[in-house]
Parts: sequence; structure tokens; C-alpha cells
Amino acid sequence: MEKILMKGNEACAEAAIRAGCKCYFGYPITPQNEITAYMSKHLPKIDGGVFVQAESEIGAINMIYGCAGSGSRCMTSSSSPGISLKSEGISYIVGADLPCVIVNVQRGGPGLGTIQPSQADYWQATKAIGHGDMRIPILAPASAQEMVDMTLKAFRIAEEYRTPVMILADGLLGQMMEPVSFDNKSLPEADSSWAANGHANSRPKNTINSLYLDPLELEQKIKERFKRYEQITEKEVGAVYDKGAKIVVAAYGSTARVARSAVDKARAEGINAGLFRPQTLWPFPKKQLIEATENAKVVLVTEMSMGQMVDDVKMSLEFKLPVQFFGRTGGFVPNPDEILTKIKELEVSDNA
Amino acid sequence: MINLKKIIVITGHYGSGKTNVSANLALHLAEFGSVSIIDLDVVNPYFRAADLRCTAEGDCSDAARFFSEKGVSIVASKYANSSLDIPALGFAVTGAIKTSDYTVIDVGGDDEGAKALGRYLDILSPEQTDMFYVVNMYRYHTQKPQEALDLLRDIETVSGLKCTGIINNSHLCTQTTPETITASLPYAEEIAKQAGVPLVFTTGNRELNCKNVNFPIDILVKPIWV
Repeated sequence: MEKILMKGNEACAEAAIRAGCKCYFGYPITPQNEITAYMSKHLPKIDGGVFVQAESEIGAINMIYGCAGSGSRCMTSSSSPGISLKSEGISYIVGADLPCVIVNVQRGGPGLGTIQPSQADYWQATKAIGHGDMRIPILAPASAQEMVDMTLKAFRIAEEYRTPVMILADGLLGQMMEPVSFDNKSLPEADSSWAANGHANSRPKNTINSLYLDPLELEQKIKERFKRYEQITEKEVGAVYDKGAKIVVAAYGSTARVARSAVDKARAEGINAGLFRPQTLWPFPKKQLIEATENAKVVLVTEMSMGQMVDDVKMSLEFKLPVQFFGRTGGFVPNPDEILTKIKELEVSDNA
Repeated sequence: MINLKKIIVITGHYGSGKTNVSANLALHLAEFGSVSIIDLDVVNPYFRAADLRCTAEGDCSDAARFFSEKGVSIVASKYANSSLDIPALGFAVTGAIKTSDYTVIDVGGDDEGAKALGRYLDILSPEQTDMFYVVNMYRYHTQKPQEALDLLRDIETVSGLKCTGIINNSHLCTQTTPETITASLPYAEEIAKQAGVPLVFTTGNRELNCKNVNFPIDILVKPIWV
């Protein structure tokens, strides 16, 4: 298949268009601007394509709410501070059971933080992306090619389970260039019999709503939604990992690329290290982690944060293995040698 | 050495590899005199010449240490790569051009990036300035000669400078093979012919030993794990 060089951000935007995304609403913020810029150039050229640079992040997510409610395939993207602003809208979209794709190309925080890469929105994405009893699937690409593949997958999951899906990338993935290829499959038209897109007096009217004043009705809605979460946990979870390692390094996104280098160097020096890379952060790949750590004496979590994935790793392992952490934050990317040093420390440590 | 003027402006499509070409060109020129690289990239927050600089505290990446050892000075906004990443170069550019034997100006991508050149037009006289256009056949949006030529015209229009040569930097990052490069030659030659300027050189990773590469380069701008 033909390969072309694209930035992660561009690859994501092109993949969305090829997946059949018709509408994009967004507001500029570094380091995800190439998505917005690409959409502004290319989306209006396709049949029925709509690009709007919204007046704010809040405006953009509410345009998504309306657009998704009409059954159109739609996407927004932002970076960390912008995702915080979108949070209320995301909760409303969940409450109304609407499909859409949200991309977060993370930068350092809190506050305005930095425009350099980060993974410090893990907790926000997996535990608290909006108020209320809710989750949304979080996909974690680690290459420009996965930005392509997971964008397609995100739309598929969104429509199959009628939920927003987030692609949690980071500034480095968005900005770096890699060869990518696109297969020409687009998603089939989804069922949109629920959409509020004009009934023309030919069917009962559809309502898009997240307000339920009757507690019984709301509880039933939530329980039904959690049934879908069970299916997502069962069917859509993903990870890639080495088997049989004594020291398992757990990392996602671009940190997993750094960790891969470190693990390969460790192996070249005779250390039995392996990599565990979650491709979904919610649902967290618990069974896969258990399988990857069958022979392990210790797990080393590495992230561009203060260790936000550590608890998920510990809980997935039911606290049966020691879990250590090494990370950089504030916009720093850990380098392979730093991680290698940590692996070597664990190799000789008795209390690991 | 390649016969070059005192000031070499490197333009091209966003992501064509301008910074890596600029860095290699500067190292080449350092063998013949003093060299400055000017990071005029106002478009891109990552993977830029400013990354090749040591910090005020003296922290240097391997690439930055290499540059300072070779005596190449890197001129970039002190705000580059910060949250206040504003194009504030001002007098440093003029100073660097006046005091260096050679100055390589690494411009931001596309016509958007080339706009920053307008500010310095008064010192970029045609007699002492080359403007090279970096092309990569594998980069989206410039895969066909005509697309690359259309973008070149936009860059010339906003910068007020005329292109004086083409640099063929066609590659697929770590997946590049000698064949990848060889396959790009007709593309680069066609662009040079249509633009009416010479094909200055074809680059390629030194480690590939491709016979069609006449300017072997080191990959100095890359993700941390490569």
C-alpha cells in the first residue's frame, strides 16, 4: 500500500474524512492545530462537509452535541485546557446517548501549562471526563499509523454503542512525522433512526435530551448505559505486549515508543524485560496485563505525568505485584536511557 | 564544497525536512567559515532548530552539544518552545548575518512560514542570498511536481524572494531505502526544470550509502526514541 509522510495530527484528520466524518467543529490550540487546519482546508471540499471554527471550546462541543443529535458523523479536537472546557458538553452528549469523536492531543498542565507534550490528562480522560455516572472509551495511539487506525475505530465504536469516544494522543504524536497508509474502507452508514433530523410527519418525533426529572427513568437509562459499558469492556479493550518478561514496563502513547527503545536495549544486555502497551485506557486491558505479567517480579509504569496510570495497573493486578513508577512531567519526554537506568536498578534490586 | 552564497534561505512544505537539511548544511559550511543557523519558524512548536540549542542553564541535547563543538551558533527566539512562543527575533538576525561567514535561515513551513521573511527583505539582497526549496515526494500535499510548484509560487509571492535551487529531501523517515530515494529523482528533476532553477543536491541518510545521494546527511532532528 502506498505510504505517505504525515504528522500524527494530519493523519488523524485525513482518517476522519476517509471514515466519513462530515462535520468538524473546533477551536485552535497548540499542539493540535494541524487537525483544525487540515479540516478547514479539506472538509468543505467534500459533499456535505462542514467546518466551523467555533467562537470557543464550549461553542464547539455544543455544536457537536447538536450535530451528533441530527445523526451526522462528527468530530472535534483540542488539547488539554480546551478539553476541560468541553467537559460539560461531553457529559450532556453521554446523557443523550450520542456518537461523536473527541481528540485530545495532550500538553502539559494544570492551567495553561505548556505547549510541550504530556500525558497528564489520564485521570481526567478515564475517570472524570464529565459529571455524572459515565465513562467514555479512551483510545491511546502510539504512532501516526495508529492515529489513522484508531480514528476509524473511534467512529465505529461511537456509533455501535452510541457514545462519545476519545482519542488520547499527546503533543509529540501529533507533531511528529511518520509514514502512514490508508486503506480505502470507509465506515458503513450507521443506524440513525433515533436522530432528530426532521420527521416530515412520516414517523414519530425523536427527542435528544439528557434531562430526566423522574429518578426511576434516569436510573434505568444509566443502568442500560452501563450494560453497554460492559460490552465495550468485553469487546473493545486492546493492548500489545511481550510475554514472559521478569520486568514489565507499562507505557502508552509516545512514552511507549521510548519505553520500547529502553526495553530493547535492556534485552540486548541480557535483562529479561518486556513492554506492555495499553491501546485502550478505558476500558483498561486488565486480562492482557495479567497475561503479560505471568512471569514478572515487578512492573515499571512510565508516563509523561506524575504516575496517573499506576493505580489502574495496581488494581488490574489486584495488588499482587510490586509496581514502580518513573516519569517526567511539565512537558518533558523521558529518554530511553533514563528508563533503561530504572530497569537496571530493578534488575539488581531484591525488594522489587 | 557546493558553491553557495553568504545567506542560504531554506523554505519548503511544512514537514519536508527543512530543519534537518538546514542543520546538515550548516555543519558542512562550518568547515569553510563561521556559521549561524537562524530559526525563523513561526509555525511549528516542535522539531525545530531551536531544539538544537543548549539551554541558559547549559543543558544540551546530544545534537546541541555537537553543534556547539562545531562552532555553529543557533539563533532562535528566547521564547521558542515556551508557552509564549512568539516570533520575536528582531536584531539578533541582522547581527548574525553581519558577523557570520555563512547564515542558514530555517524558515517555517509553507507560505504561512515564509511570511516571516518579509521582515528581513532589506538585508536579504539577491546578490548574497540563495533561497532553496526543499521537496519530499513522500510528503502529503507535495507528492506531485505540480503541487510542489504551486506551493513554491505561494512561498515566492509572500516572501518576496525568488527560488534559486531545489533540494531533494525525499524520504520516508526510518523506512527510507536507497530505492525510496532513487525513485524520487525524476520528481525532483521535473520540479527544478519547471521552476527554471538547478537541482542543488539530493539528500539521504549517510548510513544508506545510496549512490544517487550527492549530499549525505545525518538525522539530527528526530523523536527521542529513534
